[in-house]
Amino acid sequence: MKPAVKRLIFFAALILFWGLGSHFELWHETILPSPFSVWDALVAGFTDLTLVYDLIASFRRLLIGLAVSLLIGTALGILLARSKTADDTIGSMVLALQSVPSIIWLPLAMMWFGLGEGAIIFVVILGGTFVMTLNVRTGIKNVNPLYIKAARTMGSNGIDLFWKVIIPASIPYLVTGARLAWAFAWRALMAGELLSAGPGLGYTLRYASDFGNMALVIGVMIIIGVVGAVVDQLIFQRIEKNVLKRWGLES
Amino acid sequence: MFIEIQHINKIYTDKDNNANTVLEDINLEIPKGQFVSILGPSGCGKSTLLSMIAGLTSASSGGIVVDGKNVQKPGKDRGMVFQEAALFPWMTVTENVVFPLRKEMNKKQAIERARHFLQMVQLSNYAGHYPHELSGGMQQRVSIARSLAMDPAVLLMDEPFGALDEQTRSRLHGQLEKIWIDTQKTIVFVTHSIQESIKLSDRIVVMGTRPGTVIADIEVDIPRPRDEHKQQVAALEERIMGLLKGEIDKVINEELAYEARS
Repeated sequence: MKPAVKRLIFFAALILFWGLGSHFELWHETILPSPFSVWDALVAGFTDLTLVYDLIASFRRLLIGLAVSLLIGTALGILLARSKTADDTIGSMVLALQSVPSIIWLPLAMMWFGLGEGAIIFVVILGGTFVMTLNVRTGIKNVNPLYIKAARTMGSNGIDLFWKVIIPASIPYLVTGARLAWAFAWRALMAGELLSAGPGLGYTLRYASDFGNMALVIGVMIIIGVVGAVVDQLIFQRIEKNVLKRWGLES
Repeated sequence: MFIEIQHINKIYTDKDNNANTVLEDINLEIPKGQFVSILGPSGCGKSTLLSMIAGLTSASSGGIVVDGKNVQKPGKDRGMVFQEAALFPWMTVTENVVFPLRKEMNKKQAIERARHFLQMVQLSNYAGHYPHELSGGMQQRVSIARSLAMDPAVLLMDEPFGALDEQTRSRLHGQLEKIWIDTQKTIVFVTHSIQESIKLSDRIVVMGTRPGTVIADIEVDIPRPRDEHKQQVAALEERIMGLLKGEIDKVINEELAYEARS
């Protein structure tokens, strides 16, 4: 059986169980709304366009934040890989920053940028930057020394060697870094939106919760999960797989 | 002389601060167009010596001159083929061969030149493929084409066929011999295989180990192709085997002594 078919059967069974449980009132509608209520909430949300605006607002923040974090992360990663002093100093700080969830920066960010776009985007940037930094650093440091030796015997050195050999050779790490940065940024975005003003998926989730609209809460959770899975599997994993194959790291 | 290796010493200190002599007073002169094999057991420093000619490793003392120029750093006048093909996986076969050419000629000329050398190693049909789509032997042929395309004064080969299966290796021996005859390049070929060195080279420099020194310098005057002169080949093989016997015993005794000490 194909994986896609297995997956389809699994999710159908899950929804069926959920629907039957609601139908026979194994749990109360206010605690876990039925799949039909969730479906209705989603349809209503998309018809009056609130969810569409939420999606647009969330994606706008995410794209800005992710783009900036990939740029800073790559630059910082190159610096750490090339300079021992930077690695010993900034490197240890990046490791420390990487180990804390970026949402803890939100109170400070609100002080600095106000309770709006700026603060959330700042948290998203922090979410993606450090994991990208560490992957770029590792990628550059792990370039097969044979490539460098071979390139040198072919008259390449300095900046040419760096841009034509070392950077391309570390692309697999860059792609993995970008995939992880996206995942971290997406989590940071949702956390940030939950705690700040709308529109946005996270904001609508909290808003619905405040008004006891559990069907919409679950609906938004499903949207968040589906977006995360789709972007990860359809975009990043596909690129990653192609790159690994091309670079001869996976048969 | 075309390549002059003068009083090369290489000493490195390990982490316990013991000085290890890898190469001791190596002197060699190689005339233009010669196919020289450097033969020796592992640990004799033969690859280190080759790496010095390439300019990738520095000597502790002594000097190397190639075609009148002192070797200071790597350069395109010395093409190197490593044991692994060292092709860049993100480039197609053609792009790999073009890599060393891209600065000194326009794209069209470089691609034309790459095609010529890929033809020489019989891989024209794979020009657009990526390295991971090629077998080990094919990758190594691309690597040879890439080196030849730079038109180096000397081709340095560090056990280039060591990682290949017997049949492929034997086929590549034939191809390399033909390329050498056609291009008249000077080739310095490092190997630990006695048969390989006899099959291919004009001259075999036999090295001993700990420290690495030249223990014999043998002119091979068996007519080519050498497969047709099995008797002479066997005699020479026996002679070299005798020379290396002592070296291999030396390695084993040293390992045993080391085991006993620790």
